[in-house]
Amino acid sequence: MTTISEAAPTPARSSLLNANVLGIVLLLVLAYGLVPLIGSDYLMDAVLTPFLALALAAVGLNVLTGYAGQVSLGSAAFLAVGAYAAYNLNLRLPQLPLLADIVLAGGIAAAVGIIFGLPSLRLRGFYLAVSTLAAQFFVQWALTKFGWFSNDNASGVIDAPVIRVGSLTFTSATGRYVFSLTIVAVATVLTARLLSSQTGRNFIAVRDHEIAARVIGVPLLRTKLLAFGVSSFLIGVAGVLWAFAYLRTVEPAGFNLDRSFQILFIIIIGGLASLRGAFIGAAFIIVFPLLLSRLGAAVLGSVFDSGVLEMSQRIVIGALIIAFLIAEPRGLIALVDRAANVLRRLRSSQT
Amino acid sequence: MTTFRHAKLAVRLSLGAALAFGLATSLPAKADEQFFPLQSYRVGPYAAGGTGFFGGFIDYLNLINIRDGGVNGVKLTWDEGETQYEVERGVEVYERLKGRPGVAAWNPLSVGIAYAMIDRISKDKVPLITINHGRTDSTDGRVFPYVFPLLLNPYSETSGIVNYIATREGGSEKLKGKKIVVLYHGSPYGKETIPIYKLLADKYGFELEQIEVPHPGNEQQSQWLSIRRAKADYVVLRGWGVMNPVALKTAQKVGFPVDHIIGNVWSNSEEDVIPAGDAAKGYVAITTQASGAEYPVLQEVIKTVYGAGKGNLDDKKRIGSVYHNLGIVNGILNVEAVRIAQEKFGKRTLTGDEVRWGFEHLALDPARVEALGAKGLFHSINVTWDNHEGNGRVTFQQWDGAKWKVVSDWISPDWAALRPIIEKSSTAYAQERGIKIRTSGDDPVGQ
Repeated sequence: MTTISEAAPTPARSSLLNANVLGIVLLLVLAYGLVPLIGSDYLMDAVLTPFLALALAAVGLNVLTGYAGQVSLGSAAFLAVGAYAAYNLNLRLPQLPLLADIVLAGGIAAAVGIIFGLPSLRLRGFYLAVSTLAAQFFVQWALTKFGWFSNDNASGVIDAPVIRVGSLTFTSATGRYVFSLTIVAVATVLTARLLSSQTGRNFIAVRDHEIAARVIGVPLLRTKLLAFGVSSFLIGVAGVLWAFAYLRTVEPAGFNLDRSFQILFIIIIGGLASLRGAFIGAAFIIVFPLLLSRLGAAVLGSVFDSGVLEMSQRIVIGALIIAFLIAEPRGLIALVDRAANVLRRLRSSQT
Repeated sequence: MTTFRHAKLAVRLSLGAALAFGLATSLPAKADEQFFPLQSYRVGPYAAGGTGFFGGFIDYLNLINIRDGGVNGVKLTWDEGETQYEVERGVEVYERLKGRPGVAAWNPLSVGIAYAMIDRISKDKVPLITINHGRTDSTDGRVFPYVFPLLLNPYSETSGIVNYIATREGGSEKLKGKKIVVLYHGSPYGKETIPIYKLLADKYGFELEQIEVPHPGNEQQSQWLSIRRAKADYVVLRGWGVMNPVALKTAQKVGFPVDHIIGNVWSNSEEDVIPAGDAAKGYVAITTQASGAEYPVLQEVIKTVYGAGKGNLDDKKRIGSVYHNLGIVNGILNVEAVRIAQEKFGKRTLTGDEVRWGFEHLALDPARVEALGAKGLFHSINVTWDNHEGNGRVTFQQWDGAKWKVVSDWISPDWAALRPIIEKSSTAYAQERGIKIRTSGDDPVGQ
């Protein structure tokens, strides 16, 4: 029985899988081969590296919110935990390699995430979102209050160390970009594996109907806390990238509530419960305003000052967000899929 | 026929290519230009400071271009990128503009952005100017060859304020037992002076409490209640943007006397006091540059720049305001550094490192300041390779409800006492980062 039901869809799935794998491989070849070759420092340092960091954070939040259905407004706090944990591990345990620092920093973020995930056992929806605000405020407060976290630096700002793996140092724009790309690629693949396993199905079961999930034997406590843990781990690693590879300095105020909202908007606009959606959403929220800003400055820079341009960009982006969400409430990724389907149908009708 | 057509096409193409090539090669060879990348902020909670400062800076660059045709014929150019005072936007603008030819210096007017840039500008060898703010230990040019907290670093400001309170009380020995509360902005800028206030409290024996106001600072009820509970004699307002008028208004509400609130150098503008209305009358603040438009250089800006319709401030009433004048002074310091460097390296587009040399020899005595039309606007500056602050003088001004009135002479902070603390911090930084300490002004990177 099981063999039949599993055997039947295999041919279709494998061709689809191949197309997907092919696409991903192509994308990686482009990202590793072409971008460092022809991209400018600006593209890699100021556009792609922050894009990668926040895309990873969005993947993390998507695990929690998109797949497991737990709304969180504490993402920026977990970014901060990751960044500060990696900084302190690197500072206080210099014998550890940086990669270990990053993984441990993710682990610390996961532990903090699990603690703040405990209310999810009792609270749902908006109430849970509000309770995760506690993480947001508590972490920022703790990082400012206790000078130990920033090594008693007078301003509370930390200087990120140079990224070094073994004998390799990543000091150039290309280096930092490739480093971020590698971490994000590996983390995304691992997340995709996790989501296609039984654990991933448990997440979705909890999201779709908690009581039903419980009835069929999904352990609620473990699943929810696991979702918080995995999500915070990813966001913590993203925080390390944001601090070490992109800004190369950190202040707690950079991880405020606005950042949490930004990550939440990335997954809502990109598409909930979709890893590709996290990347497309991050592109829309991070890269698109930059393009618009540069376009505005190039075309109208001599007419208006930068303040006016900035305000008009916000209006444009706000209007686009509304337009996109009306056209496709399931996010940009659904638009992309629809377009792909249309193309596929056109192609099959030709043949 | 067709061959003829082909030949014509070929001729046209080659002509076009030659033209394009000529254009491309002639571009850099065009007139000499010195470029100022501006990480400005005209939106967001700190727009008042941003528009005033960058407006004044641009006005002065325009004055030099229109009146003198640039610095010795080298035209000054600039481009703005909006940062909203946010670090990641500042970094993005840095990456965007750093590749432009002839970058002279960076002037972000944000401690957070400046911190993020220190590594980057040191690698790119371009000066970073943090006038009246910044990382205090970057005063030590031996460790930070490219960073210049010109005129007044945060520690000097602190020392100036404490000295001023001492004179009001009748001598520094009278500070003993007094209670001073520092109300600071919850940002890297705000926190920069926490250790130095502690140190001065120990030295003079006054009681100290430092209270943070979270960014942006539009709610301060609880902080002012603690101030009242603490029975403070003086409150030092180390604010920024909207936090300042809110502080003055809240002080009035809890009944704290406004003339016992001393504003720091980022709490000293018209934009800080006018919104507070009556609550600000009698408020005293430190400054490095006087306000008002009566100085010759401002008159020239009004005549030449605003007369030509090229003025940067939308609201002409703000000409001569504290932030606008700070922008003008910042313009003077940048332009003079370029001029001094041109004396050594030639009257052409300079590299960032050459402009750094200019800043390290930026000595403007009161006579030169007067020649620049800025007598009374600011006192003097004397930057050297190891002192990147340049011993700026400060003065105190009191708000009378309509304008600032200067209520003190030009005062010197206690530089000699501060220098060892600065050096301790900077050498620790040098050790942490493996930076070799410079031993003379000739070797910028200390190698």
